[in-house]
Amino acid sequence: MAEPAANPQITREDVARVARLSRLAVKPGELKAFTNQLRAILGYVNLLDEVDTADVEPMAHAIEVRDVLREDVPTPMLPREAALANAPATDGEFFLVPQILGGSDTPSGK
Amino acid sequence: MSDAPHSADQPSRGSLPDDRDIEAVIGLEVHAQLATRTKLFSGCAADFAPDEPNTRTDPLVLGLPGSLPVLNAAAFRMAVKVGLALNCEIARFCKWDRKQYYYPDLPKGYQISQYDLPVCGEGWLDIDAEEGVKRIGITRAHLEEDAGKNMHAGGVSKVDLNRAGTPLVEIVSEPDMSSAAEAKAYLERLKLLLTYLGVSDCNMQEGSLRCDVNVNFKISTADGAKATPIAEVKNLNSFRGVEAAIEFERTRQLEEFARTGETLNAGNKTTRGWDPDRQVTVPQRTKEEAADYRYFPDPDLVPVTLTEEAIEALRGELGEFPADRRVRIGEVWELSDYDAGVIIERGKPFADYYEEVAQTADDGKRAANWCTQDVLRDLSELNHEIDTFPIPAGTLGHLLKRVSAGELNTKAARDVYADLLSRPRGQNTPETVDAIIDERGLIAVTGGAELEAAIDDALANPKNAVAIETVRDGKQQAVGPLMGQVLKAVSGADPKTVRAMLLERIGGAG
Amino acid sequence: MTTPLPPDPASSYPTAAELSSEIRSGRLTAVAAAQASAERIAALDGTVRAFLHTDAERSAAWAADADRRIAEGSQSDLAGIPVAIKDNLCIEGEPCTCASRMLENFRPPYTATAVRRLLDAGAVPIGRTNLDEFAMGSSTENSVAGPTRNPWDPVRAPGGSSGGSAAAVAAGMAPIALGSDTGGSIRQPAAFCGVVGLKPTYGRVSRYGLVAFASSLDQIGPFARTVRGAATVLQTIAGHDPLDSTSLSDPVPDYLTDLDEPLAGLRVGVVADHFDVGLDKEVADAVQGAIETYRSLGAEVVNVTLPHSKYSVATYYLIAPSEASSNLARYDGVHYGHRAKKFGSLEELYERSRGEGFGNEVKRRIMLGTYALSSGYYDAFYLKAMKVRRLIQQDYDAAFEQCDVIASPVTPTTAFAIGELADDPLAMYLSDVYTISANLAGIPALSLPCGFSKGLPIGLQLLGPALSEPKLLRAARMYEFTTDWHTRVPPLQDQTGVTP
Repeated sequence: MAEPAANPQITREDVARVARLSRLAVKPGELKAFTNQLRAILGYVNLLDEVDTADVEPMAHAIEVRDVLREDVPTPMLPREAALANAPATDGEFFLVPQILGGSDTPSGK
Repeated sequence: MSDAPHSADQPSRGSLPDDRDIEAVIGLEVHAQLATRTKLFSGCAADFAPDEPNTRTDPLVLGLPGSLPVLNAAAFRMAVKVGLALNCEIARFCKWDRKQYYYPDLPKGYQISQYDLPVCGEGWLDIDAEEGVKRIGITRAHLEEDAGKNMHAGGVSKVDLNRAGTPLVEIVSEPDMSSAAEAKAYLERLKLLLTYLGVSDCNMQEGSLRCDVNVNFKISTADGAKATPIAEVKNLNSFRGVEAAIEFERTRQLEEFARTGETLNAGNKTTRGWDPDRQVTVPQRTKEEAADYRYFPDPDLVPVTLTEEAIEALRGELGEFPADRRVRIGEVWELSDYDAGVIIERGKPFADYYEEVAQTADDGKRAANWCTQDVLRDLSELNHEIDTFPIPAGTLGHLLKRVSAGELNTKAARDVYADLLSRPRGQNTPETVDAIIDERGLIAVTGGAELEAAIDDALANPKNAVAIETVRDGKQQAVGPLMGQVLKAVSGADPKTVRAMLLERIGGAG
Repeated sequence: MTTPLPPDPASSYPTAAELSSEIRSGRLTAVAAAQASAERIAALDGTVRAFLHTDAERSAAWAADADRRIAEGSQSDLAGIPVAIKDNLCIEGEPCTCASRMLENFRPPYTATAVRRLLDAGAVPIGRTNLDEFAMGSSTENSVAGPTRNPWDPVRAPGGSSGGSAAAVAAGMAPIALGSDTGGSIRQPAAFCGVVGLKPTYGRVSRYGLVAFASSLDQIGPFARTVRGAATVLQTIAGHDPLDSTSLSDPVPDYLTDLDEPLAGLRVGVVADHFDVGLDKEVADAVQGAIETYRSLGAEVVNVTLPHSKYSVATYYLIAPSEASSNLARYDGVHYGHRAKKFGSLEELYERSRGEGFGNEVKRRIMLGTYALSSGYYDAFYLKAMKVRRLIQQDYDAAFEQCDVIASPVTPTTAFAIGELADDPLAMYLSDVYTISANLAGIPALSLPCGFSKGLPIGLQLLGPALSEPKLLRAARMYEFTTDWHTRVPPLQDQTGVTP
């Protein structure tokens, strides 16, 4: 049985939404080209709709490997200078970012 | 989002409902940091080191390109133990998923978690509720990695990744609790269980136990039962905060309901934060779009399977649950239920301490008195955990053993205890106890039953009645004749101690 | 039939095996070999532009170390052999830009396992090669540094994304190179540049230290001028790595001892659909010619079918961008990498840093993948693709019941001109049609030269079941032994007038 077909006509608003979700600044002028290109690609991938996958297990890994665990043994860490070495902005101790104004889409555990 | 039937500026919908017609509906999501040596997916040390920011990292913790995760076996075993202790269905097959969002304390841009196949499925935990034992359903428990920490200071935010990647077990309950007290009882019971399992230190101040509360209220009205919209209050890190947040939400939601009449629907759950300074919950900024975490299976990690035998082996390692231990120590050491409860609820390290003291002293009751009074008092005064308390269990046990043997009276024992308390833990061996006793000549004092008998005799002798009365009136030197009689009766007794014992027994104005 | 170029012994340069024998016999030092590589790069790379950066001092130090080890009796086949490294593999303290503005100034504090193993064997990294940004592309045009040129014709693309590594080997700048292959990124440039390129079984080579594009598809592999060269590199870099959960623990077989032994009773599978529409006639003829060569060597040619192979491009262009959208989320201008100069809020910092740091192809794939994973589309796109992926793998399982290897084209055409497909992403994606199903199925595949058309090389692809590298390499060697395509070298000096 075929699964529901995706909408092949991705809209400019969809692309703008996806760009925001991806944290990509896209200029209005670029949006049109991206929309056309993504529309062409998504139109092509809709080819998959004709494949019957009703009883098929999804395949997330190329080769089936299981149960890879390591023992709880410490390994070398990076000194702070090395940890911060590639950072665009630090105060020598912390990574620095503009003031975070609460909220955002942060999940629990913070 | 806003298909609320009434807008805020509409007139009030009436007065607040009666308390009897309101029931809270509370579910908790608890994040407990697992007590592993290393992080969930790399060998980087997992101690938090808040005073040394960004010193507990490696390429994986920093999310550097090309780094790859490998699962910590100890963390996985701990999560299974949590599930077993919570009577959960344990997955024979579980996998890892990426939860994607952008935040400066999340260096990979995703958190590795478990989405649809968590390690622990449905289970339950019994709590003591007002009406007796109440069973709280567990929805699931899964493993995930912690984020780092953002600190806000003067226009910038500072990011410390020491905590990033630390293993967490997230335990999600059913919305089975119907009061703040029940929520607190659940958290206390859960914390006790986790500490007894040895999987987490559950230190809330240090953030190793954190809690999100989902709460709303069912109201019986003339037109039937109504439910207020659910609020999720995030990141509570004290039991007091959980209770206070629920109480605050009660007032807020009921007022809101009275004002707008808005009831629960699929789209009106809100997220709030707890402000411990103002003791209020505050709405968290809602974005124009709902969060879209785009969960998908992490291709860098492989599934983990568990056999029946492996699960049973872990069950065998669980150790004694607190409820069972409470019954056992009550029986073995002939403790009151109250004392057993105090000892058990103080946590596993304390119960272990007590049992070692009791074993060494071979006197469970005396050990219980000292542990629940002196030790607990001094722990809080010195702000120590039992592991760092200056007097090790074997040392206290040895001291009490000598008391029980009649070699030392209680007062002398308290002197020794006070002396030990002022010394570093490393010095306080059982030999130190003996040395203090010898040094101060305390042993002579407690020449045992013989000395006590001689004192009893002296006090009972009618010839001494006047002297005793004089001492009681405040003239301590009048004790001299009595001392002479006792010292004559017990050779080797220490005069100073005999004097002290006599004065203590006589009591009075002195 | 193809038009072979006249052999040009004057411009010939040694294979890894020849170089190794020179070095081990003491006729050549590693330092001199590294120096010769550096000189050739200096002379030719102005035209080819295979390298993004070189560090002559560090290479010389590695070479001196190799000479010391050779003097101490090292028997390694790779001791002193110069190797070009794709610029998406980490080496401690060296730039690793992925040809992206995003990582312009990034220097990893650690070394990739595959590179570590080459260093341990005494190989001498002589520079970092160009690629499509973050390995996303089939032409090496999507590079912040500009395109690499095909040594056989500098107006043409070398293929991609490992175009720099392929061009470096083809131009004789290094006898061997490392690349990475997510959908053909080793095999397609190998075919375009006329060298041998191998994508091993997924998990055979540790991905630790390879900057991830699509984790379930990425695999590191070698380029060399001969099958033996590729086998020698694989022998060194293959094997279990406790730092990569997906790395296979199966023991590494000996790829070299029996390499020259022809396979008796080899069954070569041929898929009729591969020779349908869209395949250049000269490429088809060359590949058919190779299949005939196998027949003449005593192999049995078997017709097999891969019914779902026509869905492989669509499947790949959902799975790879989905994983990429997640793998590239870490480049946010906070912990490392490009940060925009102007921003107000944190959100602006993210959007502008990523907007400026990534090129259009990377952005396109991030957006495509984000869309495919987003709420409401996951089932129709990503989940669907994961299911079709299994059907594609099952096709191969069934085919390999009937044959030992499958022979196919690598590319529908010979090297296209730079700029030819740049504005048509879909057409570019469709050019990967023959290579990407091996990544989806996780199986090993290699490309080796099988002819020329108008002076441009043509590749033959051989695919085998998982972990069949020993047989795959021997089958390739059987063919190589009877042909001289691999001895041809591009007429580069003549065109540039540069003498090394």
